[in-house]
Amino acid sequence: MKYSPLDLGRWIVWGVTALLMIVLPLIFTEGFALTILSQIGVGIIFALSYNMLLGQGGMLSFGHAVYSGLGAYFAIHALNLIGKGQFWFPVTLLPLVGGVAGLVFGILFGYVTTKKSGTTFAMISLGIGEMVFACSLMFPGFFGGEGGITTNRVVGKAFLGVTYGSALEVYYLIVAWAFACMVAMFAWTQTPLGRMANAVRDNPERAEFVGYDTQMVRYLTLVLSSFFAGIAGGLSCINYEIVSAENVGAVRSGGVLLATFIGGAGFFFGPILGTVIFFIMVIAVGALTKAWLFYLGLLFLVMVLYAPGGIASLVFMHLPVLKARLMGRLWRPYAAALATGLALLAGLVSVVEITYHYSLEAKTAPDMALFGFAFNVTDGMPWVISIGLLVAGFIASRFSWKLVGRAWADITHALQGGTS
Amino acid sequence: MEFFIVSMLNGISYGLLLFMLSSGLTLIFSMMGVLNFAHASFYMLGAYFAYQISAQVGFWPGLVLAPLAVGFIGMLVERYGLRTVHKYGHVAELLFTFGLAYLIEEVVHLIWGRSSVEYRIPAELDGTLFTVFSTGFPIYRGFMMLIALGMLASIYLTLTRTRIGLIIQAALTHPETVEALGHNVPRVFMLVFGGGCALAGLAGVIGGNAFITEPGMAAAVGPIVFVIVVVGGMGSLSGAFIASLLIGVLQTFSVAFDYSFVDLFAKMGVAIGPDAPLAALWKLTISQTAPVLPFLIMVLMLIFRPKGILGTREG
Repeated sequence: MKYSPLDLGRWIVWGVTALLMIVLPLIFTEGFALTILSQIGVGIIFALSYNMLLGQGGMLSFGHAVYSGLGAYFAIHALNLIGKGQFWFPVTLLPLVGGVAGLVFGILFGYVTTKKSGTTFAMISLGIGEMVFACSLMFPGFFGGEGGITTNRVVGKAFLGVTYGSALEVYYLIVAWAFACMVAMFAWTQTPLGRMANAVRDNPERAEFVGYDTQMVRYLTLVLSSFFAGIAGGLSCINYEIVSAENVGAVRSGGVLLATFIGGAGFFFGPILGTVIFFIMVIAVGALTKAWLFYLGLLFLVMVLYAPGGIASLVFMHLPVLKARLMGRLWRPYAAALATGLALLAGLVSVVEITYHYSLEAKTAPDMALFGFAFNVTDGMPWVISIGLLVAGFIASRFSWKLVGRAWADITHALQGGTS
Repeated sequence: MEFFIVSMLNGISYGLLLFMLSSGLTLIFSMMGVLNFAHASFYMLGAYFAYQISAQVGFWPGLVLAPLAVGFIGMLVERYGLRTVHKYGHVAELLFTFGLAYLIEEVVHLIWGRSSVEYRIPAELDGTLFTVFSTGFPIYRGFMMLIALGMLASIYLTLTRTRIGLIIQAALTHPETVEALGHNVPRVFMLVFGGGCALAGLAGVIGGNAFITEPGMAAAVGPIVFVIVVVGGMGSLSGAFIASLLIGVLQTFSVAFDYSFVDLFAKMGVAIGPDAPLAALWKLTISQTAPVLPFLIMVLMLIFRPKGILGTREG
């Protein structure tokens, strides 16, 4: 018998997650909040399925939207057939149609893409993604051309009084699927295949030497991942009631990569965190400024350069420090880094916003307001101040980062048993 | 015949432009193992810089200055970006350049706006070079071919006949040994990356006004360049040359044909009606499939010859 103690921490984490998913719409009752929460729910499934490739399998894919998008297309055609009465299927299980479609295309395209790993895999996945996107304009009958395909999700008989007419019912449908998929994908990481995917990611030669076919492991991982991506696609079709070519496009594929990486590909819950941050960036920052994609790209670059483990790794880094009660040594350098970082950010944001305003509306509306200051972008002063702030913030940040680095070196030394 | 010659010339000039892009990408890849996702973004920067310079001082200074500026930016990117992520491996480098592509596109939005800019062919290159039967062949196309071939020759001569070229070739296979002999290999890498970016920038200078200079131009040409590198064989310069010409010619010819399977079967005496199974597929004309063809070639190549036309390794 295998000794398996009750992992209390794990039960608490999953329990709290489930509770949060149920309670959140009761706290944020506005219709807008519910839309965002539904979007995040679908995004979480998609990002977790993507992380099966990037995090668990070490496959960097630039074309993951192909599977979710094609899943969404098949789901929406099935939904339309149900609406016409030519096909019977409960709407609750419709994401399965998307999942199976994703799976089938995973079997088809995965055979070609998983022949290679590493950077070549990345390029081929990009090529497949572009190919499917180009096809979407070639077959307007299936893909709906420029306008996409629309549907009505309130079809068939009500099941226990649920018709999916209201956004709240759709939210709970999404959340139920999201939770089931999260559990399933977590369970997958514990299976022999999930473990082999890690082995193939870390050391393919050795995995091959032990007798595993690395290509097969990658292939199976991709097929399973595309199944879950297809489920996400099916849910998005129910949520939006429209599927268009952008669902299979490169922007969607890039978005899931950004979300997963920013959250942390090395941790199971990283993509969940990343999806939440990603949607907050897109919706909240997108409402404030047109340059939101610039900030998102910059955040991604900074993460690649300085925190390749994502935000999840930054959180985990501090656990041993907390346990050893050494956080006291970090507060002061962190406060300095935060202050200088904010100055740098303020300088950067003002330079970007002023440039944007200047290039777009210098002639028609040269007046703008930023951080509560109103000024004219054709004047020199706002430029001087913001560039000065940027440069000063940069220099000060470099200095404060050195303090943080020194404090960390100190703590690492203390954690390893040294006395200081 | 007239159609054939004109399309062939157009295809070759487009293919040579693609080669200017793919050669830089291949050089960087074969030397540093870095797949530069932002390569097409440097192409776009080249076009925008040339637009800006030609608006101030004219086209000819731009032809020289814009690629130099792009190369300089490329060197900065290598020095302060890629070198930092190098320790995390090639996938991290690819991710870095992926983020960089996003950022460059947004910077272009930021500075030059979201619509296309009016970057025109200079007056002295505007006109007809010669006439094939009744179709004129523009001078500018000839100029593009000349620049591309000149660049090809100079890369070849630099790599095989000069001291720095020999060091680059040696650093390709034996970086430690070259370093032990006293050469600054990281600086060689920086130069190669900057040089590759400058080549992309030069392609942008002459491609931007031949086609269109807009923020979407990087995303339009980027995937094609990747296809060329895969089809030609990862890291093979001559493979990239063949693949560039192949895809350039193929794309030029395919947009001109309006035949479909329905026409083919009709010639053989079989009529396919609109109700036949897969009717949408049979009705597609070759010109409609043109955007998909490069990717289809890539998939077929991967199935039947995974190392590409002239590739040496199955990486």
